[in-house]
Amino acid sequence: MNKPILLSRSNLILFIIFLALIAFPFVMDSRTLTILLTQILIFGILAMSYDILLGYTGIVSFGHAMFFGIGAYCTAIMLNDFESTIGVFLGSIVVGMIIAGILSFLVGLLTLRLKSHFFAMLTMAISGLLLVVAEKWRDVTKGNDGFTFKAPDVFKDRIVFYLVVLALLVIVFITLKRFVNSPLGRVLIAVRENEQRTKSLGFKTLYYKVIASIVAGVIASLAGSLYAVSLRFVNTSVLTMEITLDALLMTIIGGVGTLIGPLIGSVVIESAQHYLSGLARDFPIFERWIIFFGIIYILAVIFFPKGIAGTLQSKYYQWKAKKVQTTNVVPLSKNKESSE
Amino acid sequence: MMENLLKLDNVNTHIGQYHILQGVHFEAKVGEVSVLLGRNGAGKTTTLKTIIGLTPATGGSVTFLNQDITKKPTYDIANLGIGYVPEDQGIFAQLSVEENIKVAMKKESEESKEKLEYVLNLFPDLKKFWKKAGGNLSGGQKQMLAMARAFVNDSKLLLIDEPSKGLAPIVIEKVMEAIVEMKKRTTILLVEQNFFMASKIGDSFTLIDDGKTVHQGAMKELIDNDEMKHKYLGIG
Repeated sequence: MNKPILLSRSNLILFIIFLALIAFPFVMDSRTLTILLTQILIFGILAMSYDILLGYTGIVSFGHAMFFGIGAYCTAIMLNDFESTIGVFLGSIVVGMIIAGILSFLVGLLTLRLKSHFFAMLTMAISGLLLVVAEKWRDVTKGNDGFTFKAPDVFKDRIVFYLVVLALLVIVFITLKRFVNSPLGRVLIAVRENEQRTKSLGFKTLYYKVIASIVAGVIASLAGSLYAVSLRFVNTSVLTMEITLDALLMTIIGGVGTLIGPLIGSVVIESAQHYLSGLARDFPIFERWIIFFGIIYILAVIFFPKGIAGTLQSKYYQWKAKKVQTTNVVPLSKNKESSE
Repeated sequence: MMENLLKLDNVNTHIGQYHILQGVHFEAKVGEVSVLLGRNGAGKTTTLKTIIGLTPATGGSVTFLNQDITKKPTYDIANLGIGYVPEDQGIFAQLSVEENIKVAMKKESEESKEKLEYVLNLFPDLKKFWKKAGGNLSGGQKQMLAMARAFVNDSKLLLIDEPSKGLAPIVIEKVMEAIVEMKKRTTILLVEQNFFMASKIGDSFTLIDDGKTVHQGAMKELIDNDEMKHKYLGIG
C-alpha cells in the first residue's frame, strides 16, 4: 500500500521547519532578524515563481521584475490613495495579480514564440520599457525618488506581518507544488525537456508556456505587494534588472526545478547580502561586498552544479540506490551453495 | 483494395538553404507496415519529420485520411492521429516511465486504459520500471517507451524512425515482435537501415535516394531483386 503523501519524510521535515519558523519571532527577540527573515520569505515567493519559468518550463526571462514591480506599485498606490486598511491591502494584491496576469499573458503571447535567447532579450526590453514609463510617470510613481505610505495598522507589529508572509509562502508553496505535480505541470516539464517532442505528442506548447508565464507573473506580483508593505516605501528600483537577477541567482543556487531550492537560494542570498554588507563597518573591504558575493556564487556553481537542493537530492538518490544494491547482492559462495 | 491512409505527392523540403527532399511520393495503406529504405542522408528521417510537420514541406502535398496536412502545425497533425517515434527516442529524461506515458495519454478513458494495458503487456519491462526516470532506462527500454508513448496517443499511423539503431540483436528481436503485434491495431511507417528487420516485418517499401522516390512496391519484390538492393542499399 502506498504511504499517504502527507506523512512522507520530506513533508514531515518541511512541517517541522514551518513550526520552527512560526516559533522563531517569539523565541528570538530580534527585530532585525525578523525583518531579515521576512525579506527572505518574500524573495522566496519571488524565486519560486521564477522556478516555474526556469526550472519547470525552461524559460529564461530577464523581465520578471516587471511583475514584481506591478505588485509593489499597486499596493503602494492603493494604500497611499485610499485608507490603509487590510481590505485595501488585500484588494491591492488582487488588483496587482490581475494586472500582472494580463500583462504576462500579453507578453507571453507575443514573445514565447521566439527561441529562448531572443525571448530573454525581448523580456529584458519590455521590462526596461516599463521601468522608463515608471520613471517618467512621476504623478503616479514619484519616479526614482519614490514615496512612503502607511501600511495597515495591524502590520505595525512586525511579527504579525512576518506571520502573514509566512502563511502566504506556505499557501504559494503548496499551490505551486500541486500545480507542477498536476498533468499540466508534467506537460511543462515535457516542454522543458524536449519542446519538439511535446509538440509531436499533440500539445500546442505555446499555450502551456503562456500558462506558466501567467502563473509566474501573478505570484511575482504577490511577492512585490508584500515587499512594498515590508518597506512602507516604493520607488522604481522594484522594476530594475537587479530584482530579476536576484530571483535568477536564488533559483540557480538553490536548485532549479525543485521549488524548495529557490527558498534555500533566498536564504543564502539574502543572508549573504545582509551579513557581507554588515561586515563593512569593521572591515572596509566589505564595502565591495558584491565581490565576495560573486565568489560565493562561483563556488556554489562549482560545488553544487545542480544547486543546493538539486545536489542534495541526487546525493540522496545515489545513497538510496547504493543501499538497495548492497542489500540485493548475494555473496558468490552462498549463490553457489544454493545452486548445488 | 486497401485504402490509402497517407499519401505524399511530389514533396519538397528545405532545411535552411539545403534542398533535402526533391520529390518524394508514396502511399501508406491501412493496416500495413510500409518501410522507407535508402542510404544514409537519402532523406528518410526528413520525410518523417515533414509528415509530422517538424520540417514542413516547401512544395508538394501530404494527405492523411483524405485531408491535406501539408501546412498544418505539428500538434494538429499529431491530434489527427499520427504518432512519431524519433531516432533519438525523445524520452523526457526527468519524468518517470509512468509520467512519460501519461503525458501522451492526455485524458484517461476506458479506451486509453485498455490501450495502456495492451502496450504494457507488449513491453513488460515498462511495467517493471514504471516509477523509474526515463533518463535512467537502457537504450532498448527507451525505444520501447518511445513506441508505447506514441501508441497510446490514439495513433492511427505510427512513424517509427530506425527502431533497431544501437540495440543488441536480442532487443531488436523484441522490438520487431512488438511492431508486428502493433500492426494488428495501427498502420506503421518505418524508417529502417537494418534490411533483415525491414524485410521480415515490412509489407511494402519505398526506396529514397538523394531526396527522391526511386521505387515503390511490395517488399517481396525488393527481396527478390538483388540488383536494386545492391544499387540503393549496398547489399546483395
